[in-house]
Amino acid sequence: MRFLLVEDNHDLGGAVQTRLSLDGHGVDWARSLEEAEDHLATATYDLILLDIMLPDGDGRDFLAAHRRAKRDTPVIVMTARSAVSDRVALLDTGADDYVTKPFDFAELEARVRAVLRRRGGAAQTDVAYADLTFDPLAASVTVGGEARELRNRELRLFEILVAAPDRIFSKGQLCDRLFSAAEAVSDNAIEVYVGRLRKKLEGSQARIETVRGVGYRLTAP
Amino acid sequence: MRPAGSIRQRLVLTLLVVAAVLSGLLYLSVRTVADAAVETTQDSILGAATVAIAEELRGGDDGLSVDIPYAAFSMLGATGEDRVFYRILIGEQTVTGYDDLPVPDQAPSGLTPYFYSTAYQDAQVRVGAVTRTVLVDGSQVIVQVLVAQTRTTQDAISRQMANRAAALGLGFFAIAAVLSLLTARSVLQPLQGLAEAMGRRGPQDLRPFERSVPLELTPLTGALNGFIARLRGALSRTETFITEAAHHVRTPLATVRAQAEIALRQTDDDATRATLGRVIRAVDDSARSAGQLLDHATVVYRTDQRSDEVLALGPLITDVAAAFHTTADMRDITIKVDVPHDTIALRFDRLLLESALRNLIDNAIKYSFEDGSIAIALKAEAGQAIITVKDRGRGLGDDSGQRLAGRFQRGANVEDVIGSGLGLTIVRDVARAVGGSFTIRNREGGGTCAILILPLG
Repeated sequence: MRFLLVEDNHDLGGAVQTRLSLDGHGVDWARSLEEAEDHLATATYDLILLDIMLPDGDGRDFLAAHRRAKRDTPVIVMTARSAVSDRVALLDTGADDYVTKPFDFAELEARVRAVLRRRGGAAQTDVAYADLTFDPLAASVTVGGEARELRNRELRLFEILVAAPDRIFSKGQLCDRLFSAAEAVSDNAIEVYVGRLRKKLEGSQARIETVRGVGYRLTAP
Repeated sequence: MRPAGSIRQRLVLTLLVVAAVLSGLLYLSVRTVADAAVETTQDSILGAATVAIAEELRGGDDGLSVDIPYAAFSMLGATGEDRVFYRILIGEQTVTGYDDLPVPDQAPSGLTPYFYSTAYQDAQVRVGAVTRTVLVDGSQVIVQVLVAQTRTTQDAISRQMANRAAALGLGFFAIAAVLSLLTARSVLQPLQGLAEAMGRRGPQDLRPFERSVPLELTPLTGALNGFIARLRGALSRTETFITEAAHHVRTPLATVRAQAEIALRQTDDDATRATLGRVIRAVDDSARSAGQLLDHATVVYRTDQRSDEVLALGPLITDVAAAFHTTADMRDITIKVDVPHDTIALRFDRLLLESALRNLIDNAIKYSFEDGSIAIALKAEAGQAIITVKDRGRGLGDDSGQRLAGRFQRGANVEDVIGSGLGLTIVRDVARAVGGSFTIRNREGGGTCAILILPLG
């Protein structure tokens, strides 16, 4: 996915950009509202990550102008405040969601996916692999045309695997994307979810393969 | 605090004392003038009668003769029931009349009457006296003529005058009393107006007092406005401080956390991953503590500075719960919200109520197990809104909800979960601010049940 990150703090902006890149996202980083406008004029983004306190203005004003101009790129605001009223005010201004600093990247990704799902963004096209289909908008999975009910975490695990079939993911990588980094889970916790997902996908030609000592991959004969 | 006396009382009392003194003086002066007038009237008649008799004295070789003129007595008789006495004497020797009528203590000179009051025949009499030199037997003798009259009529007139003077004095006092009450009211009116204008203000109204007041009250309004300005400054500094503090604490923490996540993403070494996990948990712990401290400060400050509005509880609860859906989804926790269709409205500060709800739901998610479910319900009962948040998490253990609502108190069974120990304190403080109550207890079958009761209307 392609993100526009609007954040004036040098350390934080750099870290967020690096961390999102590690998950395979493209991130353009604007340090001011002016730079953000320049980026938006020349490129299209799947999502804007917007800070509130910026050197050349208030992120909320930018957001309001963004919506008035009928630009519909989804926006997730990064706020330093946690009051719910802030959230309501932000959503009223046109934000799709918000995260409170410091935020968890697994949670940010979950929120991004939820927003894109709600908004039906361009990046969200149906995925098919072997006899599996995945509709990110409806968050629905079918096996040979038959709908399967997946819980949130199973769905996210499936989403990661089906996005890159045959690629091997280590337990650590999967853990980082499924669990909040603050949760005290061992890498083995992933085995539980892999087990559950295998059960949900029973009867499919595709299967989740354990690559001993390395990790897991989704594969089909 | 007991009031130190009443200005109105003091003012009215002072005015009444002044009015009483003035009324007394009025009474006395009216009486004095009236008595003097009555006496003067009697004296002039007495004088005329006395002189008339003296003028009728005739000396001759065979002695003194007097032809008492009838007119003299008819003049006196005209004044009513009074008795009249007379005495004509030469030296000590009574010529005619009542010989025990007392003589004046000083001899009158000629026909200018001398008047005096004395007791005679069990009554008070007024006496007029003149002398006249008459030639008797070739020698000049000094004849003294006394005419006395009792004072019954005069006293009656005096009494009547006195009564009228008293009535006048009382009337004056009564009018003065009414006027002093009116004066006190009108003098205190601006003060009362000032008090009412300040009292009518909402807690958020920190505008300076601008209505014009009497000169004497300007030091008071000046001091009041100075105080309001200082309060406004302090409050806005508090708000700014809370916002700024949040920003300055959270932004660097976000950087640390992001860096730690980058490192976590780049290593497969178990020991390093565990260490980084601990770093991230410590960061979250600090961020949470800072957030809760500032939230608590906000709650304490807002409790005094409430900006109340009518809140529809159902939509508000749904909104707050919606903010937690992603967080709950991350751990496969389901949040069920059950609010009635009928509007349940409450007049209260939105931010305070949301803080309380947020903390309750946040706690429920934090202490729930994976795949758990949280039930949030609202109902109205007996003039109260009852909000319950139930989970199937680890429960309170042996702790009492009361202890956990204390500042920085945490359960004995929650060491592995990030928390500041301020969440329930915030909920409790908010419940108190609205005059409601908050209880949290173990739920039958495991988990906790938090109940927030808010009085409606």
